[in-house]
Amino acid sequence: MEITPLGDSAVLIRVVENFDDAPDDALTQVLATKRALEAARIPGVVEFAPAYTTVALFYDPVRAIDAGASVENVFEWIEQRIRRALLEMEEIQTNRIEGSLVEIPVCYETEFALDLEHVARHAGVHWKEVVDLHCAAEYRVHCVGFTPGFPFLGGLSRKIAIPRRDVPRKEIPAGSVAIGGMQTGIYPIKSPGGWNVIGRTPRQLFDPQKDPPALLRAGDRVRFRSITREEFERSTM
Amino acid sequence: MSATAFRAGFLTSVQDLGRTGFREFGVSLGGALDAHALRVANLLAGNEESAAGLEITFGGLRLRFADDRIVVWGGGNFDARSGSTSLPAGHPALVRVGEEFSIDSPAGGCRAWLAISGGIDVPAVLGSRSGDLRAGFGGLTGRPVRDGEEFPLGQNMARAKVLIEKLRTEKIARWKPPHDWSSPARPAPVLRYLGGVDSDHFVESALQLFNDEGFFVSPDSDRMGIRLDGPPLERSHDVDLLSEAVAPGTVQVPPSGEPILLLNDCQTIGGYPKIAHVITVDLPVAAQLCPGDRVRFSKVSIRDAHALLLERERNLEQFHRGLESHFK
Repeated sequence: MEITPLGDSAVLIRVVENFDDAPDDALTQVLATKRALEAARIPGVVEFAPAYTTVALFYDPVRAIDAGASVENVFEWIEQRIRRALLEMEEIQTNRIEGSLVEIPVCYETEFALDLEHVARHAGVHWKEVVDLHCAAEYRVHCVGFTPGFPFLGGLSRKIAIPRRDVPRKEIPAGSVAIGGMQTGIYPIKSPGGWNVIGRTPRQLFDPQKDPPALLRAGDRVRFRSITREEFERSTM
Repeated sequence: MSATAFRAGFLTSVQDLGRTGFREFGVSLGGALDAHALRVANLLAGNEESAAGLEITFGGLRLRFADDRIVVWGGGNFDARSGSTSLPAGHPALVRVGEEFSIDSPAGGCRAWLAISGGIDVPAVLGSRSGDLRAGFGGLTGRPVRDGEEFPLGQNMARAKVLIEKLRTEKIARWKPPHDWSSPARPAPVLRYLGGVDSDHFVESALQLFNDEGFFVSPDSDRMGIRLDGPPLERSHDVDLLSEAVAPGTVQVPPSGEPILLLNDCQTIGGYPKIAHVITVDLPVAAQLCPGDRVRFSKVSIRDAHALLLERERNLEQFHRGLESHFK
């Protein structure tokens, strides 16, 4: 397992080499690694940032030195403790970590679905079939980022995969549900973005007054349910 | 107890030492771009080092207080005043009720940090009082200070009260911190860096160019990152990576070949290859870079980066201990 300095206060742990062959396994390995490292309570560690195939561990070098690391080899000191924690983890069965299943209601009507026709044309199907395919799959949250609470969801039907727009939009409304390449995601806050918008959810994906502040976290499972304009209005009231 | 910003200036926001623990939810670190300057200023003002202060970009701020306050500022080459008296960086000053603290546009650098005794008492959101201007929360409801805006201050602590009494007559303390912490703005700085996680995604000549050539700061720079114009840095493969963690100090290279040095408000994950990571002690220097400025990069070892950071922290601890006599 490759462990590389990500600057002087973080390391990047490459947990799996390949994502496309087995996305689900990659996620399981990443989450198990993060859990093992959290449990190891390595002195000086501040927080973690899991992503598709990696876990980043952020640390305070001065706290590591105060805990016994020599200033000459803080990185090696941290690396050794990471490897020890992960060795112990391998003895435990790394079962698939079942996140919670979250249903996201989406209104796919024209007003919100800026690029639904474009996606349908690209796929060579009627727009209703795009909606059906989008609602049929169960997705998994591979990571959260881009903006606070933005979930990158894997599991999209290949039929409706579509490259990002050549020119990103300057502003995409909060709640927009979109497709970018083989992934689908939800814009939690108003932001620029290059994905193809196919609908909008009334659910709030990010609320800084809550802990945790994001509705979804890596490992969670997601299903989309098509709702009417009236249902959308009712839920935002 | 409050402060009123009669003029908010170009971009002034509430910042503390940032927000940790929520990266996995995509929440940026945020906080003062020169956290060290804010820590020192806070200690000098009799605050905890993590108190919230103001980050002032390009000056233009005019403040008054509803009661007597100690203020300390640090940062670029600004002309600050307490009333009509010039106030140098790093010197604690008493600003009485009705008097004005002002800070004009800088002769060098672009940012300053202001600590006010008692700290800025906005609610902590996700463990920090910093304004996340991109996501729109924290600080003053996630936006910059506005002209005429009044904001709450915490009570002066016992330490600040001692200082207020001591400064009744001279108003500005003669003492200041011993180290060169308060004006890191310098022409054509060199930022030290560690090799990037994705160095092998670049052709050898690109790695050489990055270390040898100068880059110019593009106007399209902000608290998220500094965009740099210079010789395009050619990648050895054209594919973007699967998104993975980035951090303040990371230098990433989009397909255009023009690097971006990420700062505190950067995204938590990104898919552009990372050519370098600027070391922590040099990020305050980066925070002073203005559009058009020239900057160079120089590679160092991670041992050097940690030794420099340790030296800075030990100096700060020593300085903190030495300060005690002024608060008795």
